[in-house]
Amino acid sequence: MSEPVKVAIIGSGPAGLSAASRAGQLGLSHILLEKTDHLSDTIFKYQKGKRVLATPERLDLRSDCRFAEGAREYILGNWDEDAVNNKVNVVKHAEVTAVTGQKGAFEIKTAKGDVYHAETIVLAIGTQGNPNRMRCEGADLPHIIYQVDDPEDFKDKHITVVGSGDAGIENALGVAEEALENTVTILNRSKDFARAKAKNVSDMMEAAENGFMSIRTETQPKQVEPGWLTLETPTGDEKIPCDVIVARLGSVAPRGFVESMGIEFTGPDREAFPKLSPTFESTVPGIFVIGALAGYPLIKHCMNQGYDVVEFINGNKNLTPADEKDLAAIFANLPQKKSVSEWLDYLRERVRIFADVSPLQMREFMLDSKVAYYRKGDVVFEKGEPGSSLFAIADGHAEVEVGPGITVPIEQGSIFGEVGLISGRKRGATIRAGADSIFVEVSRTAALKLMAAVPGAKRVINRISLERQLLQIFKGGLTVEDLAPVVDAAEVERVPAGKVVLTEGEQGDDVYVIRSGSMVVEKDIGGKPIFLRYLPAGSFFGEMGVLSGQPRNATVKAAVGAELIKLTGESFRKMLAARPQVREATEAAVAERAQMNNFIESRKATYSSAVDLYSDTASFIMKEGLGEATDALLIDENLCVGCDNCEKACADSHEGLSRLDREAGKTFAHLHVPTSCRHCEHPHCMADCPPNVIHRGPDGEVFMEPGCIGCGNCMRNCPYGVIRMEAAPPPKPGLLRWLLTGFGPGPGEPSPKWTKKQLGDEKPKKIAVKCDMCKGIAGGPACVRACPTGAAIRVSPEEFLSIARLQEDAG
Amino acid sequence: MASLFQRRRGKATQTERVRERRHEGFLRYANFRWAKISGGLCLLIIVSYALIDVTPRPNGGSWYGYTLGTIGAGLILWLTALGYRKRKMTSDHWSLKAWTSAHVYLGLSLIVIGTWHTGFQLGWNVHTLAWVLMMLVILSGLYGVIVYSTLPAALSNNRDEMTQMQMLEAIRAFDRQLHAAAQPLTPQDTAPVLAALDEDPFAGGIMARLSGRYPHCATAAALRALGASRSSDAEAREKVVGLLSQKEVALARLRQHLRIRALLEIWLYVHVPLTFALIAALSAHIISVFFYW
Repeated sequence: MSEPVKVAIIGSGPAGLSAASRAGQLGLSHILLEKTDHLSDTIFKYQKGKRVLATPERLDLRSDCRFAEGAREYILGNWDEDAVNNKVNVVKHAEVTAVTGQKGAFEIKTAKGDVYHAETIVLAIGTQGNPNRMRCEGADLPHIIYQVDDPEDFKDKHITVVGSGDAGIENALGVAEEALENTVTILNRSKDFARAKAKNVSDMMEAAENGFMSIRTETQPKQVEPGWLTLETPTGDEKIPCDVIVARLGSVAPRGFVESMGIEFTGPDREAFPKLSPTFESTVPGIFVIGALAGYPLIKHCMNQGYDVVEFINGNKNLTPADEKDLAAIFANLPQKKSVSEWLDYLRERVRIFADVSPLQMREFMLDSKVAYYRKGDVVFEKGEPGSSLFAIADGHAEVEVGPGITVPIEQGSIFGEVGLISGRKRGATIRAGADSIFVEVSRTAALKLMAAVPGAKRVINRISLERQLLQIFKGGLTVEDLAPVVDAAEVERVPAGKVVLTEGEQGDDVYVIRSGSMVVEKDIGGKPIFLRYLPAGSFFGEMGVLSGQPRNATVKAAVGAELIKLTGESFRKMLAARPQVREATEAAVAERAQMNNFIESRKATYSSAVDLYSDTASFIMKEGLGEATDALLIDENLCVGCDNCEKACADSHEGLSRLDREAGKTFAHLHVPTSCRHCEHPHCMADCPPNVIHRGPDGEVFMEPGCIGCGNCMRNCPYGVIRMEAAPPPKPGLLRWLLTGFGPGPGEPSPKWTKKQLGDEKPKKIAVKCDMCKGIAGGPACVRACPTGAAIRVSPEEFLSIARLQEDAG
Repeated sequence: MASLFQRRRGKATQTERVRERRHEGFLRYANFRWAKISGGLCLLIIVSYALIDVTPRPNGGSWYGYTLGTIGAGLILWLTALGYRKRKMTSDHWSLKAWTSAHVYLGLSLIVIGTWHTGFQLGWNVHTLAWVLMMLVILSGLYGVIVYSTLPAALSNNRDEMTQMQMLEAIRAFDRQLHAAAQPLTPQDTAPVLAALDEDPFAGGIMARLSGRYPHCATAAALRALGASRSSDAEAREKVVGLLSQKEVALARLRQHLRIRALLEIWLYVHVPLTFALIAALSAHIISVFFYW
């Protein structure tokens, strides 16, 4: 039992500590509850000496605690001092198990049975959850660790991994690297590894076969002692030497705990966050949520929120958030002068997609956006330009150039640029300001976040984009009104890679528009599927069936996971009937496609092997995932002499690290797909980047700007294994010096041995390294320029699989 | 000749970048542009040599000879610069493929330029030494062109999507399994297996590397020895024999890989040092000409 406090803060990470410090400074009665015996457990668990980065740089820190880039120890030391100086009332070993009561009288129970009373609660528990602990004798010894940050920290050790899920297996494989000379044992309580991915299990089995680790099934730890571990095996107890125990027994995600308090989330999926007001208050009055749990994974955000939330609780209504100055800068160049909150309200009132957005969300979206004033006639973007941002019209109107001299207006409140946002393809038309206008440019990430968080915005964007896509495809004087019945009846379908959407010979009259991903069209010729065409996002198929009423004349299947818009044949036919020009245009497109089908069929007779090779090559390319590529490196192994000059050029054009592995990768008919970035249409690496530094550049390249925190998410998310986590090597002596005196490692990536010798004991931070298509290098991609024989080419799938190439190859 | 350069692109910009998309090898580069230039040059020299009557006789020391000599010496220095160009990753637009193409065809044209420069006066002196060295460099280069256009496909077929590291790793994996599987064997049977385990896949010397024949291969010897042996447990021996033959296949792949790579590289060990010898002889030739002619 304790005295009731004004505010109880749960979790002492950057957010919680900053909140408690503010409360201490304000003299508010408060309590900071921490489940471990130290502050900020997440950062405490970083490996020794790890550099913690202070991103985003443009954001000012507003906290009573210090924070600047530095080593883990330095930062933790500062915070310990700050906690004392700010008179923070911290209770350690206080793991909160239940929260009851309501605003003004909450009751907080801890695992030890203590009860605390508070008027308000600040939840700052992060997203890490609680790792399940070992339960046997000696489970509290310090050589039991619950995560492995860097396998290279362990050398020549006896390591036992407990737990047979993916995390355990991955850690075991990491420390079992041959060069580390560890003796690794992995324990599994049951007989098989049912919880882990098949790939991990097979890798582990292979490692065991090769003698890199031993697998002990039906075995669990019984007693932990320094240097030794006693195992309980089916044949009795056994004592093995053990210097380190890695326990990966799963963890309890915090969501269940948060929901048990009655707090609602924005949705059922894993990415959802608690619903919050502008003052971080959750759906339970009196409980505030900040930090990573609220969706802000960066330390600086967390600390600022800690400060702000206590100010709000203390009744400070005039507090402007720390990002106020950044927002003010965003609006600074507009002709009208308004305050930041007036601008935000103005945009929310006038733009349809912002209507359902909360003020807090609005602030965040605007930070990733630009607002600009355009004079009548100014070009916003040109047709064919790469770009993935979304534009919203706050004032004035825009004009789309649909043909030479023909423009279509887009009214105030609407949006444009959504095609790039949804499909990642280049801009489909030139857009100009139709009057003096104000346009908001929302970055791709912010727009995707907006669609995920605000269902209303998603609906509006989807509807508008579908209308536009159809207008662009079918042209011919079609209006939004003509389309209404088609759009109303349309359905969005997700298809996994390889799934057949239309089957040759079947009846059907639905028309499909590819919203994202890509499709391949095949035709059965002589009992063999022959590749006819690659359809990128934005194209349509199935129209022949509607026009002719004949069965499908080719099979269409997804090259990669794709999103399709299915239009019913009936509504489509009605639309065609209403607009004869559209019918003509569609028929023209059909004729063109039919001509190509005929061409391939005719070639099949004369150049059967060329057509077969073309078709097989196309299937290989699709199987390698190049269907989602926008620009990929291919190597013709009829020409490649294996000099690796491409890799050397790559390393020398960047920070001394090569972003491609020429030799690795699959090969078909001497066409080799090396391990190198394909600049996917929807980059998997972008999906979860905490500092949001992966972007698509003006040439379509997916690149990383400085600010990587080294978390490795992008590397894990990339299905093609093209991202490395590596520190840049020190600068090399010049080329002439190497040529003349042999001093230095020579061209290309220096050997790890040389780098190590140069660095001595220094261990620079490893960050993600990926191909940026030689962004900013006037000569273009170095790998291709540096190929002495012409084996290396960079192409997009549609260029590579063009009919021109077939004709060229056929002679 | 200007029309040959028609396709030269404008200055690269950020939004419209120069990109090598054409899929053509260095020999066919730009529709044999450099073959045409070089062939034209040779033709010009042969025809003009026949038409121009140099008195008292065609000779390196005539005005015509000096012209050819200067062109030839200049070309030799420029052709040598390929080694630097290849390694210097400057950011402007250039294509190493174009350089290689020009290097090959202009290098071949030196046969005509150099030989016609001599006026067919050859003898036992430093001047002819330079000519001989030049011809040797060209010959070694010719070998390079031939292997570059014939061997890559074989290299690709042999490695079958494996990298060199993976090939080595596969052999190491068989070694580890052999080590375990050979435990029950008698000492007499173990000895050849141990010898096979100790074998360095890179050993064997340059001749073995280039020919792909390894008569003293310990793995093959162990296979023979165990095949003939009747001691140890038959089942254990069979397992070891199985592993040994798998290792032999893996070794054969690696050796073939190393062989093709060696064939693709060996000529450079002749081509490059001879080039430097040529430049030295050429300097001696030029200096002696100006001092003693």
